[in-house]
Amino acid sequence: MSKVETVRSHQFDDTAQQHDASWTGMWVFLATEVMFFGGMFMGYILYRSDYSAAFASASNHLDVLLGSINTAVLICSSFTMALAVYSAQAGKRRALVSFLLLTMLLGVVFLGIKFSEYYFKFEEHLVPGSSFVYEERFARPAEIFFSFYFVMTGMHALHMIIGIGLLTYLVIKSLRGRFSLSYHTPVELIGLYWHFVDIVWIFLFPLLYLVGRHL
Amino acid sequence: MNAVETERREHYLNVNYGLKSWLLTTDHKRIAWLYLVSVTFFFFIGGLFATLIRLELLTPQGDLVQAETYNKFFTMHGVTMIFFFLIPSIPAVLGNFLIPMMIGARDLAFPRLNLASWYIYILGGLFTLTAAAAGGVDTGWTFYTPYSSIYSNTNVALTVIGIFITGFSSILTGLNFVVTIHKMRAPGMTWFRLPLFVWSHYATSIIFVLGTPVLAISLALVAIERLFDLGIFDPTRGGDPLLFQHLFWFYSHPAVYIMILPGMGVISELIPCFSRKRVFGYEFVAFSSLAIAVLGFLVWGHHMFVSGQSVYAGMVFSLLSFLVAIPSAIKVFNWTATLYKGSISYDAPMLYALGFIGLFTIGGLTGLFVATLGVNIHVHDTYFVIAHFHYIMVGSAVMAYMGGIHFWWPKMTGRMYPEGWARLAALIIFIGFNLTFFPQFVLGYLGMPRRYHVYPPEFQVLNVMSSAGASILAVGYVLPLVYMIWSLRYGAVAGKNPWRARGLEWETLSPPPTDNFEVTPLVTAEAYAYDVAEPEALYSGRPAHV
Repeated sequence: MSKVETVRSHQFDDTAQQHDASWTGMWVFLATEVMFFGGMFMGYILYRSDYSAAFASASNHLDVLLGSINTAVLICSSFTMALAVYSAQAGKRRALVSFLLLTMLLGVVFLGIKFSEYYFKFEEHLVPGSSFVYEERFARPAEIFFSFYFVMTGMHALHMIIGIGLLTYLVIKSLRGRFSLSYHTPVELIGLYWHFVDIVWIFLFPLLYLVGRHL
Repeated sequence: MNAVETERREHYLNVNYGLKSWLLTTDHKRIAWLYLVSVTFFFFIGGLFATLIRLELLTPQGDLVQAETYNKFFTMHGVTMIFFFLIPSIPAVLGNFLIPMMIGARDLAFPRLNLASWYIYILGGLFTLTAAAAGGVDTGWTFYTPYSSIYSNTNVALTVIGIFITGFSSILTGLNFVVTIHKMRAPGMTWFRLPLFVWSHYATSIIFVLGTPVLAISLALVAIERLFDLGIFDPTRGGDPLLFQHLFWFYSHPAVYIMILPGMGVISELIPCFSRKRVFGYEFVAFSSLAIAVLGFLVWGHHMFVSGQSVYAGMVFSLLSFLVAIPSAIKVFNWTATLYKGSISYDAPMLYALGFIGLFTIGGLTGLFVATLGVNIHVHDTYFVIAHFHYIMVGSAVMAYMGGIHFWWPKMTGRMYPEGWARLAALIIFIGFNLTFFPQFVLGYLGMPRRYHVYPPEFQVLNVMSSAGASILAVGYVLPLVYMIWSLRYGAVAGKNPWRARGLEWETLSPPPTDNFEVTPLVTAEAYAYDVAEPEALYSGRPAHV
């Protein structure tokens, strides 16, 4: 099949080696991402143990309902992404495009909800900086909590935006018929990336939103 | 093979011409050249700042520059030398050029990503140079908070963004190497037949991949803190400035091993070749690279002995730092054992290798002094520490880099460098280096602190020695720049294996064809088979040496 030949880069002996190398590369990349988010988690954990009462109090200012909806949206998007990968592997192009678009839509919904949450925090003077207002005894540690809230969810949102960009690329490629039964590695790899970004949120949600629930 | 033949044959340098064919190349060998030119540029920028530092320190008074300007000088020296020269030097130049050839591959696993790494590196470099041109930065290369986050009025954000960007270049290079070494080896090239150069780059790549993202996030947090007025590291707002030190050194201590491990890989190639012996204890040298990479992640707290971290943490970090001496010593002993009863020749690369062993031993052993809790308090932030890490970074890493460039120059260019000049330069560098940095051990022990532009008059003699040594060192570095460029045109034609060295890279032509090998090699022997007669010698009855 000549099509297989055209997607093999010259440095590889065969497509199996190419596929293998791409997978390894993506997993190594995800390891770097774990370390990148790990630095922020490390900082969060440190301050959480230093200022546990203030963090619980500040956590109560986050909207658990919106956070839960977003968690559900994101888990659904992982499901549609998995279906997209399945469609690619089964060679179903129309299903692939629709599941990719659905995943993008869910991603956009997540970002919409996220940014409206940011807006509410802005209204409530909970954005760190000179306009930050909080009850006196927790003011400084609460500001740190919100610093981490914005930095961590912001970095996560940035990864979502990049993910949506990558999905757009996949949609264009699949509309042009670049993926086939024998070649669909990019769909699988970007699928891995998308699941990784979801998993980061699965950790962020309880760490940020649910700290003070029992109080 | 005569000169005319070499000119006519198609190889990676003459396959096409023009700026575009270089700037858009995905050939790992050409990308190595892009890196070679750019790291050389940054090396001389960093060297310029070193010159200014040594000029200021000629006299005890601050008569050349003010304290603020001096702060910017040593910051720019550190930033350019570490992030833009030392970290990319051996991996991105020699590693890029050699790893695919050493394992019998046509290219790295991801050639376009490789080119992208270079562009990312250049972009980061432009940010940092812009910051320097726009007034510089004065925090020191360590960017300690809260100084970098609150008090400094210089271009901190721009500089750290530059380093943040360059970090992705390291990450992608490391990723490319890991995947290439795992997936691209030629048939028969098992893990224990890999040259030790490849092993040490594998260990380096692990650090690139796992350490650099942590540097990225810690510098990003400093930039975000400055740009958005957060207080994560600000003690007046409940933040913890020491958190930054922990995050920073979690990368930046392993980064020291990013700088030295590739150098150790180079030395492990040079010593067997110029002693005509298989390297002693191959497996131990290979695994000691991995051991250094792993232990490197567990010792960052030894930079923070006087920061107020708990005594218990200090003891653990001290002990773990001592453990790093074991794999390092294994390497030094094994290289020395390789020399034993070897048939040694003193070509320029070997001079660098022998220099490396001596200087690395001094640098490594003084590392034990500073890893000792009590001694550390005495020498902390003094010139003793400066001398210690320059013995590792310049005395070892740069020596290895120079040795490697000379050794593989015939492979990269098809031409020999002038041997006499090269030996002279190696000697000048060795003398200049020791004259520059050995007095600094004494200065530090006597109590001269780092990062000051003035000092008590009784330290002047040693400082003048150091500055004099620096000027000799400068000559030693400019000399190769001149004769290497000269050799591109006038050097003797090298032939494919001028050193009669073992290794797949020597079995292909010099300069190699774009795809490295005419046929994918089949590996049937272990590395460093210097005890076995060369294939050419067997067939023709005479040595293949040119």
